[in-house]
Amino acid sequence: MANNDYDAIVIGSGISGGWAAKELAEKGLKVLMLERGRNIEHVKDYVNAHKEAWDYPHRDVPTQQMHLDYPVLSRGYQLNESTFGMWANEQESPYVEKQPFTWIRGYHVGGRSLLWGRHSYRWNEEDFLANAKEGVAVDWPIRYEDLAPWYDYVERFAGISGNRDGLDVLPDGQFLPAMELNCVEKDVAARVKKAFKGTRHILNARMANITKAMPEQNRVNCQYRRKCWLGCPFGAYFSTQSSTLPAAMKTGNLTVRPFSIVTRLLYDKDKKRATGVEIIDAENNQTYEYKSKIVFVNASAFNSSWILMNSATDVWEGGLGSASGELGHNVMDHHFQVGASASVEGFEDRYYFGRRPTGFYIPRFRNWGDDKRNYLRGFGYQGGASRSGWRKNIAEFGIGAELKQAMSEPGGWQIGMTGFGEILPVHKNRIYLNHDVKDKWGLPVLEMDVALTENELKMRKDMQQDAMEMLEAAGLKEIRGFDADYKPGTGIHEMGTARMGRDPKTSVLNSHNQVWDAPNVFVTDGACMTSASCVNPSLTYMALTARAASYAVEALKRGDI
Amino acid sequence: MERRELLKLIAAATGTAFVGGAAFAYEQRAAVNLHDTGFSELDVAFLNEVGDVILPKTDTPGAKEANVGAMMVVFAADCYTASERQAFRDGLTQLNSYSKEKLNKDFLLLTAEQKLQLLTGLDTEARRYNAEHGVYRNETARPDSQNRASPVPVPHYFTLFKQLTLYSFFTSQIGATKVLRYSAIPGRYDGDMPYQKGDRAWAT
Repeated sequence: MANNDYDAIVIGSGISGGWAAKELAEKGLKVLMLERGRNIEHVKDYVNAHKEAWDYPHRDVPTQQMHLDYPVLSRGYQLNESTFGMWANEQESPYVEKQPFTWIRGYHVGGRSLLWGRHSYRWNEEDFLANAKEGVAVDWPIRYEDLAPWYDYVERFAGISGNRDGLDVLPDGQFLPAMELNCVEKDVAARVKKAFKGTRHILNARMANITKAMPEQNRVNCQYRRKCWLGCPFGAYFSTQSSTLPAAMKTGNLTVRPFSIVTRLLYDKDKKRATGVEIIDAENNQTYEYKSKIVFVNASAFNSSWILMNSATDVWEGGLGSASGELGHNVMDHHFQVGASASVEGFEDRYYFGRRPTGFYIPRFRNWGDDKRNYLRGFGYQGGASRSGWRKNIAEFGIGAELKQAMSEPGGWQIGMTGFGEILPVHKNRIYLNHDVKDKWGLPVLEMDVALTENELKMRKDMQQDAMEMLEAAGLKEIRGFDADYKPGTGIHEMGTARMGRDPKTSVLNSHNQVWDAPNVFVTDGACMTSASCVNPSLTYMALTARAASYAVEALKRGDI
Repeated sequence: MERRELLKLIAAATGTAFVGGAAFAYEQRAAVNLHDTGFSELDVAFLNEVGDVILPKTDTPGAKEANVGAMMVVFAADCYTASERQAFRDGLTQLNSYSKEKLNKDFLLLTAEQKLQLLTGLDTEARRYNAEHGVYRNETARPDSQNRASPVPVPHYFTLFKQLTLYSFFTSQIGATKVLRYSAIPGRYDGDMPYQKGDRAWAT
């Protein structure tokens, strides 16, 4: 059992787990990274990365059997042949929906860092202040200034492309050159800027896709194939495999153990410290224990809380961190799938080359500055313009040569955008253990009880109306608003359930992501979030993780934990 | 008609010898064997003929060259719901009956002009049928429907043939690279590239 002792254990290998492993290993700690799923080796295991549509037996279309086996994935766009196998097995790992909750999980080394949207935005100063100002939930224990240097740090390493736009609402960072807007997006951006007197901005999206090579990480700049989700053989987007894992491995301090389902943290109630973890080996079903001085819990928001709920239950029935009464509560996501699209006249003599893996971003403008609405917080938009291809509506062409010709040429330009809105942290939106349903390994599963509240529903009206208004102001035609009835979880930005705060009575984690009742346990994934902002969250998890890891090592040296 | 004779007939009519020939190149890559689809080589050949009327060879290759029939039966077998699959299967004989009824001949024996005329009429009928039965199906939609608690009504069989022809063709290597344009590794992005009428669209 000599090899079961480490300085640090990191549970999970996704975006935040990869950062924790890298930071801790680079600071000299012997680190064990536990991953519940299988290993995926960079480049070598991206077996579909060079496939084309015609290389798949069903041309990337899911079969009825896939729909049956993956009823949750089946609700969205994630079910296809090219990424099949990259999502949690729904038969082996079920969960219960008290209310509809779409939980999209990636159980393998790299987690959802291989399957993420890659939009990377800093939170702004107001995002950290809003709860306190508005009396919502609890105050964040940190401010923008606490995180700003860590944003700098993770942006430089992860490689974020974007422009410095000089807006308070979307703080600038350490950017590689932005991915270009196309001619129609530039034109619409200029018209919107003029029509709204500079209060609404169509910006180049900021992406964790690199536009310049990063030879020190063996990463090649984006080749504009738009096959990010197949794993990039160029390492052109940030993932655990392309970026943090190689750095961590290079130290010689990291051990990765796949097929390791953490069942609980081992807890010494006298010392109020975790002493390690217990795992089930997913392949042989044996139980093992690993010991460490500190534990980073980065199992993805809900699974991190699941681990806490199953830990120290002899002390607290609800598990470690449950003394706050907030463990499992305050589930958030970003509500979306509402916005507008329009047809663009002209530009028939313009087209594009390359498959840009992004588009534009419109930062929040509601409840910002002098603007006041009948709801709290705000939303941003992601969107893009393109010419329709062969899948355009061809109803008027019947069959034959004329139809074929019409489908072979690009159609007119279209532009569209969908809003991403902030969801307020609400105590009654929660997850909890269901002991009646067990997973393949006999472990209790999570039950979700989450719904939108009035604030989000009011916001959605603006999200549609404002999108239509901008397209109209840009002089576009055939403007179509849409609201596709968002269901919680589909934003795949699960947040909350073990929030940070200033008081152990109302929060699970302190200002350095330490569990109040076990200061050598750090939770730095989406679980820690006290509010949600409206921007994509992953960059903030990276910054919080690097910050917490630095603190953990210092505290360890001081003998504080 | 005997199967052997029909095969000969198709070979004669189309100039394609498909028994064991390279015309089924798709199958060399396919993880799905025709045997497992529940459809026959005859069905595939028939669908290639139908597909080639919908997307004929012009100055670029047509549906038959892309062997859309082989792909269509895979979609029908694995991606369609049971009721869609049944409508698709029944459609194979219904289309031939329609041909006999309208032109007094098996579909495969029609001239190219007659085939176009017949299927243009059938396309119109299919739209009318769909409208009357409250079916909306985007003809270029992805050919999988979810098994829902309340199944949506199934479109006219010709709409299914058309949808699968279009999808099978434009996602094929021939369709994507010889009829549309495709660049495997663009390497850069140009958001303001000149375009002239007649230039082909990107496949994806």
